[in-house]
Amino acid sequence: MGLLRTILLRLLTTAITLFGVAVIVFFVIRVVPGNPIAMMLPPGATDEDIARLTALYGLDKSIPAQFWIWGAGVLQGDFGTSITARQPVLAMVLARLPATLELSVLALLIAVLVGGAAALTGTRLRQTKVEGGIDIAGGMALSVPDFLWGLLLILAFGVLMPIFHISGRVTPSLDLPFVTNFYLVESLIRLRLDLTLDLLSHMLLPALSLAIPLAAIIAQLLKQSLKETMHLDYVTLARTHGYSEARVIWREALPNALLPTLTLVGVQFTFLIGGTVIIERLFSYEGLGNMAIDAVINRDLPLIQGIVILFAVIFTGVNLVVDLMYAALNPRLRHG
Amino acid sequence: MTYLSVRDLTVRLKDGPALLRSVSLDVAAGEVRGLVGESGAGKSMIGKAILGILPRAVEVVSGQIVLDGVDLLTLPPAERRVRVGATCALIPQDPLTALNPSRRIGPQMTDRLVDILGWSRANAAARVQDLLAEVQIVDPARVLRQYPHELSGGMRQRILIASAFAAEPRLIVADEPTTALDVTVQKQILKLIAGMQARHGTALLFVTHDLGVVSKVCQSLSVLYAGKVVEDAAVRAFFAGPKHPYSAALLAATPKYTDPDAGLQPVPADVIAAVRAEVGHG
Amino acid sequence: MVEGRAEVKRKAGLRLWLSAGWLGALVLVALLAPLLAPNDPLAQDLFAGRLPPFWVSGADAAYPLGTDSLGRCVLSRIIFGSRLALTVALTAGVITCIIGAGLGLLAGFWRGWVDVVVSRFIDIWMAFPPVLFSILLIAVIGPGVFSIILAIVVIDWTRFARVVRAEAMAQGAMDYVASARVAGRGRMGIMLREVLPNVLPIVLVLLTLEMGIAVIVEAILSFVNLSISTDDPTWGGMISEGRSSIHQAWWVLVFPLVTLFLTVLSFSQLGEGLKDRFDPVLR
Repeated sequence: MGLLRTILLRLLTTAITLFGVAVIVFFVIRVVPGNPIAMMLPPGATDEDIARLTALYGLDKSIPAQFWIWGAGVLQGDFGTSITARQPVLAMVLARLPATLELSVLALLIAVLVGGAAALTGTRLRQTKVEGGIDIAGGMALSVPDFLWGLLLILAFGVLMPIFHISGRVTPSLDLPFVTNFYLVESLIRLRLDLTLDLLSHMLLPALSLAIPLAAIIAQLLKQSLKETMHLDYVTLARTHGYSEARVIWREALPNALLPTLTLVGVQFTFLIGGTVIIERLFSYEGLGNMAIDAVINRDLPLIQGIVILFAVIFTGVNLVVDLMYAALNPRLRHG
Repeated sequence: MTYLSVRDLTVRLKDGPALLRSVSLDVAAGEVRGLVGESGAGKSMIGKAILGILPRAVEVVSGQIVLDGVDLLTLPPAERRVRVGATCALIPQDPLTALNPSRRIGPQMTDRLVDILGWSRANAAARVQDLLAEVQIVDPARVLRQYPHELSGGMRQRILIASAFAAEPRLIVADEPTTALDVTVQKQILKLIAGMQARHGTALLFVTHDLGVVSKVCQSLSVLYAGKVVEDAAVRAFFAGPKHPYSAALLAATPKYTDPDAGLQPVPADVIAAVRAEVGHG
Repeated sequence: MVEGRAEVKRKAGLRLWLSAGWLGALVLVALLAPLLAPNDPLAQDLFAGRLPPFWVSGADAAYPLGTDSLGRCVLSRIIFGSRLALTVALTAGVITCIIGAGLGLLAGFWRGWVDVVVSRFIDIWMAFPPVLFSILLIAVIGPGVFSIILAIVVIDWTRFARVVRAEAMAQGAMDYVASARVAGRGRMGIMLREVLPNVLPIVLVLLTLEMGIAVIVEAILSFVNLSISTDDPTWGGMISEGRSSIHQAWWVLVFPLVTLFLTVLSFSQLGEGLKDRFDPVLR
């Protein structure tokens, strides 16, 4: 099967999945008992108000017709208007997206570095106390979800040893020269390292909370995969060449052990992105997730719809990228 | 002149039974010695002990492995590794699993020359290309750019043989190098190894369960049973008349050397019992 | 092997008993809450606001773990909060388990169009951010215990469905199923009598883990003020309040957090311990 066919097939299933998400979001909001319009209005609104707002959102039409109108709008980039902010949903969502992306990628980076280092160390020192310690730490990290890690980190580094910020994305009094919302990236490009440090000191704890469970999963999967690879004949043969154990692990075993780990890490990364919703809330970090919870509390349905769909796009996008990376990295697929 | 001398080597599973019991054998420079025994006799374990690739669950209890006058077991691990890497090589059993699937053939072959022996990249590349030509691979330059899965099993075994000779080692351990191959390919590969050995003058420890192979390529052989050497002889003398009853039985069980019409002769039970008693096994 | 099998088994056993012990104690506490709680969990006393726990100077012996900003007893609220946590864990866990495992079993053993439909749904579900989806659901149907349970079931059925489907597929390919079929037994009978018992151990492990997840989801929803009325004691609600007054009254955050932490840890350790128990290699 060629690489191109793989890509096309994956794009097709991605499209189907996204369509499914759109349908479910749409119907959950409209079909589930409860009148969303009544919820949007303050108590004491008249029937007339409700009727007017219903017409405004096209809710008086039949449900398939509503879906048609809404779907056509979505395809043209029109996600409707936020009820609370009275701004286009798409613009609001895209303005918050960079903050969430930076946080997720930072967390992924930490998880890959820590998890990878743990897996390599555990493999290098296998069957020693160190490997046992890594396994126990990994088990602990996995049994507790990101929300609780966040709270524990707040206690440890916000109260007991207040060395990091525990709320916000950046110190509000700072003068920000940024033109995009990718603050961290832009501060690096502009070489404003003072701002980079301030951003990181805000982002570190939320990123760590998200990274701890993922790091444990990476360590576990990669170590298992390395362990299996280390028994293979080509690794044994490489040992007879006089290479050091570290080099054998790094050059011979790791590239082959990475491949099976990659797919699983992709799925886990989407879970991490899902976790940003509550972690951003916990750390008052101004990203998409925080906005989503505000939207829910304010019953801002158009905004909620937009955010959920954007998250679904990110999720399926990550899965797609992982599948394509797998195909690109696997020599069998590349040259088959 | 003895190049490799294994003396009273005893190896066991950690907290388990012994796998090799006081094994001794010598390989002279340029000599081809067969190491024969049934599966489980411990013949591969000897090769692994020499090359320092024993599984982690296995430990050396006592003995010496003297390579070129130096006892490898007394060296610090790093020094031992480099010494073995520079002077010894392994031709593995299964060519399908012995090449790294994610790396091109070229770097897999040249890395050790550059990293361990300090050759220049260009020299290493030229050397490897010559060797591939020597093992009769057509278009070596192309093969060096390919991945293992693009090559046949026979091709891969040739590459592994060429790779074993790449650093001009003084000793090569061939661990059943033809067992995993097609019968038709087996003969060619055997001839190839014998030819390469003769041209390069490398000592060869040929691990096999096939006495027919031994008669074709070896000058001397050690017969192993249950982790113990039961006979050590020159090939000619051995096939003329083995001294040990187990060897004799093993020879009788090899079809080529008996009347083909008589069929296969299993090793007689009384011989097994006698040998077991002798080596103190079960 | 560094440790012998006996050693591994002993450690797994200890882990199992410690977790089961904590959870058992928690069930008792929830059942006997009115007897155990020193104060009314809802009673406010603005003159006794933010009292520290008993070992800190300035504490009031009537409030062993201190009070929150409204002067409500932290210990009593933790004790009563365990009722909601365990109710949600039990009901949501069991319902999710029955629905998810049922669909997984059907898809994995029956294959055909059932499998196609269930698998497609699993794919679509995997594209949702779970926390966001649950919050969305609750925003639409309104807060309450029923909503929390419904949200957990709707989000988490795929956890069971995926694993059970794979397991049922593996079991379906085994010889004992083939021989049962040769013996002329109906497919439904084979599925329930032969396959289900073999899938049950892993379902039990998943159920235990799911209960831990349910406790966390309940805490998260209470944390963002979407579970039940804010006056009623919930661990998540207490944590939310503690988070905002973290610099003035750390105990309002720490005690419910520790309780939640131990509970979640116990469920997950119990699940892992059961997994080892059922693992034929260790048995």
